[in-house]
Amino acid sequence: MEAKTRTVDLKNLKAGGFIKEMGRDEFTIRLRVPGGRLPVERLKKIAEVAGTYGAGFVHLTVRQAVELVHVRLDDFDAVVEKLGEAGQEVASCGARVRVPTACGGCEYNPSGLMDTQRSAAEIDRTVFGIATGHGKFKVSFSGCPNDCPKSSTNDLGFIGAMQPELVKESCIGCGLCEKSCSEGAIQSGDDGRPSYDPERCINCGDCVKVCPVAAWQPAKTGYTVYAGGKWGRRPMAGAAIADYLPGTAVVEFTSEVLAWYKDNAVGRGRARLGDLLAELGTGPLLKRLEGRFGEYLSKKPSHPLVVGTRREREAKNANY
Amino acid sequence: MQTIDLRGVACPFNFLKAKLAVDGMKSSEHVEFLMDELDPVRRVSKGMVEDGHRVLYLREIAGNYRLIVEKQA
Repeated sequence: MEAKTRTVDLKNLKAGGFIKEMGRDEFTIRLRVPGGRLPVERLKKIAEVAGTYGAGFVHLTVRQAVELVHVRLDDFDAVVEKLGEAGQEVASCGARVRVPTACGGCEYNPSGLMDTQRSAAEIDRTVFGIATGHGKFKVSFSGCPNDCPKSSTNDLGFIGAMQPELVKESCIGCGLCEKSCSEGAIQSGDDGRPSYDPERCINCGDCVKVCPVAAWQPAKTGYTVYAGGKWGRRPMAGAAIADYLPGTAVVEFTSEVLAWYKDNAVGRGRARLGDLLAELGTGPLLKRLEGRFGEYLSKKPSHPLVVGTRREREAKNANY
Repeated sequence: MQTIDLRGVACPFNFLKAKLAVDGMKSSEHVEFLMDELDPVRRVSKGMVEDGHRVLYLREIAGNYRLIVEKQA
């Protein structure tokens, strides 16, 4: 083989987002689709590019990305240019901030409490692609506690939450809220009016949504924040560290957690945020967040739940 | 022999830079890559073999990896 000069513009791909395929001289190119929202014009362009330069199919990843498969290195620049015509960009890979995932959110989803699409777009615009120097960093947004995006499997997971409050004078005693509350947090009292048990409430807002006379009102709405989650080989469920964080604070909060992670994972190889929290507890991170976010930090923060490997779980079961 | 320093070069750019370097060489020429983490070492050495080249030497000394590859026709 003679020497050949190839030109690939690495500036196009500064956040990574392309993966060498196993056993072949071809690459998978991961595309940036924050919150899983893909405008039709971009979708059409992706289809066109996949037909011309890819394998004739795309792969939909579990984190809402579209991947072009079997792309030749020599076609990288053309692929990036064509996608760019529709404003479609390449995602990230490796030890960087990944594209945030999100459900439909309150914009149209009947259960949604928070504007997850807006939050995902803001996070994508501000921290996407930042190299952490350690491990990957995933962020997700769920509009309600049904939590379809599986928040506690992300380094930072945000779940829309609502604290209800009853305006007793407005209540007509219909009992619909009691029947709608799947957690048994609402019981009708002797006076026919509901009583509320905050310990059982999971903050889904169903009572507020079902009440025909708006006697149930939102006292607080915001995000519950889970930190340090990851899945994969050594699964760990994130710890709840904040409650009712306003949507407007999401970018600043995330940046601060990211900064703490960057500072504290030094010398720990590819450690993820959860590895640090499991070892140090959530205390040091909360201390860092206290100044700016003190009013939102959980009064009773949980610890990351280390699920562990299959072998570790087997060993635990042996003791039962 | 040309030396390409891939220390601190994040995935997937370490392999891509190595590949572009080898593409620019003539058959049977040698190139040396320096790396400082296991993950890039695995990717670059495996990728070179998959591209049909020969790994002549690979050693770790105090956290630094030295890889020598011979370009094949």
